[in-house]
Amino acid sequence: MDEINSLMQGFGVALTLPNIGFMFVGILLGILIGVLPGLGGANGVAILLPLTFSMSPTSAIIMLSCIYWGALFGGAITSILFNIPGEPWSVATTFDGYPLAQKGRAGEALTAAFSSSFVGALIAVIVITFLAPLVAKFALEFGPPEFFAVQLLTFCSFVGLGRGSAFKTVAAMMLGFALAAVGLDTVTGQLRMTFGTVEMLRGFDFLIAVIGLFGIGEILLTMEEGLEFKGVHAKIDARVVWHTWKQLPRYWLTALRGTLIGCWMGITPGGATPASFMSYGVAKRMSKDGAKFGTGELEGVVAPETAAHAAGTSALLPMLTLGIPGSPTAAVLLGGLLIWGLQPGPLLFVEQKEFVWGLIASMYLGNIVGLIIVLTTVPWWAAILRIPFSIIAPVIVVICCVGAYTVHNALFDVVLMLGFGVVGYVFKKLDYPLAPLVLALVLGDMAEASFRQSMLLSQGSVTIFWSNGLVASICGLAMLMLFWPVIAKLLLRLRTPKLPAERPVE
Amino acid sequence: MNDPEQQQQNDRSVVSVRTVEILVAVVFLFIAGVVIYDSTRIGFGWASDGPQAGYFPFYIGVLIAIASIANLVQVIFSPDLGRKAFVRREQFRSVLAVLIPMAIYIAAIYVVGIYVASVLFIAVFMRWLGRFGWTKIALVGLLVPFGLFLMFEVWFLVPLPKGPLEALFGF
Repeated sequence: MDEINSLMQGFGVALTLPNIGFMFVGILLGILIGVLPGLGGANGVAILLPLTFSMSPTSAIIMLSCIYWGALFGGAITSILFNIPGEPWSVATTFDGYPLAQKGRAGEALTAAFSSSFVGALIAVIVITFLAPLVAKFALEFGPPEFFAVQLLTFCSFVGLGRGSAFKTVAAMMLGFALAAVGLDTVTGQLRMTFGTVEMLRGFDFLIAVIGLFGIGEILLTMEEGLEFKGVHAKIDARVVWHTWKQLPRYWLTALRGTLIGCWMGITPGGATPASFMSYGVAKRMSKDGAKFGTGELEGVVAPETAAHAAGTSALLPMLTLGIPGSPTAAVLLGGLLIWGLQPGPLLFVEQKEFVWGLIASMYLGNIVGLIIVLTTVPWWAAILRIPFSIIAPVIVVICCVGAYTVHNALFDVVLMLGFGVVGYVFKKLDYPLAPLVLALVLGDMAEASFRQSMLLSQGSVTIFWSNGLVASICGLAMLMLFWPVIAKLLLRLRTPKLPAERPVE
Repeated sequence: MNDPEQQQQNDRSVVSVRTVEILVAVVFLFIAGVVIYDSTRIGFGWASDGPQAGYFPFYIGVLIAIASIANLVQVIFSPDLGRKAFVRREQFRSVLAVLIPMAIYIAAIYVVGIYVASVLFIAVFMRWLGRFGWTKIALVGLLVPFGLFLMFEVWFLVPLPKGPLEALFGF
């Protein structure tokens, strides 16, 4: 068992005193970010990224990934106690979490949420431990056409699995690619879309986009809703935790389904948000208490939380092995890897063994630490939410501006960030998805490079994308994902020829 | 605000979802035009050493154009979106109440540096929208920038934009 050996070495790396310290700091910051409106996993990590430039890459990624785990945990707190999803992936948690809290069972709901996120994450990390080395080994033989095919698959899955209009997804995604193309073309040395300005020369940094779209955009949306936090008080003590843990094994099947959905959606970048909705919907249809969903069922908390956390965790698998992130936050972490001088992709597992296994080991530890911290500190986080928004909002705006500035020490980036904020606000209101935009912005240069290299190999003929079995099957899968909504509809019609296409309301 | 007539006026839609949808689709079309124009300028064909610089962006531009036309058609054929409010007047006012100070704040960073601008921004925001007392404002407004100063300039040695006041203290 090679993996077990490497993992043990990884624990050796992660279990040093400074790294455990970074883990704690990361989890605490992450929960804070998850609880505060306007700061989320993606832009929280983006803002803190410049601070880690001087740290060792291993410590830096341990801290940043722990921020991510913390944010995943933190989202549940606001959903259950305040009926305000702190993160998009915890929207589905409000459906049953808040009714439970209103019934005075907030402690149980929170314990169930944290425990099931923990289970989902743990299984996803186990999947990463054993699957990632295999995928990496497999991907070592990839050439440019295969890489482009995988990138194609990534983007097609977004279109196919997205919940909104497919054309809006395509438009947002292509906007990301277009923005990524701005600036100096590294192959030919030509300037693209700079229109003679110096400011555009640097192009659009995705960190700026992330801070603007998710941070400022969220602040604007929150202002619009005129948010007043009215929360339920919660107390968690050992008795409540024990009482809840005794009930949870009953929902093992729901948890398992949620985890599987989450892992699938995380690896193919559907993301944590659709995963949580899908898991909630499936659980509602499959459970014998399905009719009671929405009135405060523990099972309705378990389902979305396992899926969201499993998806959030497994999103790191394609990032590490292929250099293709499965979620915006994973994309920001990928940007971090590049800045620290590490090339993500299959070679990472060969050349940077210590880094990779240190990170995987820290996922195990981080989630355990996270569960303990979050169970013991819930009242504090709830108290933070009682601070009026008119104090929190300006502070978050200031932090976003500082974060945007420190990426390149450029004030123009702060102006751009404000622009992205307005775009984020409008896009959110019109259901243009933001995740594909960000991912395209991150992957734009890479996708273009592999496309160009493929074209060079084939002298401009697209037949290279079905020239061998591997690349053809990846491309075939990509097409399947792209047209999945249409195919699913056809299949449904074939299976139930007489019944009108009626589906339960989710 | 208790006057029902005035409340109704405040709840009036500023702009409908349909209008904004059309506007965004047109902006997308415009972007597609810019991308395609620029790609043709630098060449989107095949040079002696391989694909030209505009090769990839050209197709991106074409895809944006197709997607935005599809969106436009979809919006045009769903007239009920015209009755849905994109933003109501009261909401719009709240959004502007944070957007305008934010723009002024960013402009102020250019002049007085980020620390002084942050103090002023937090103070104005808390006073104007939160109606807090001056002691609370002073507490938050001074402590947050000071914390940032310690964290960035002192511990992590990342310089932030500074103005004349900091220069006075020798930074």
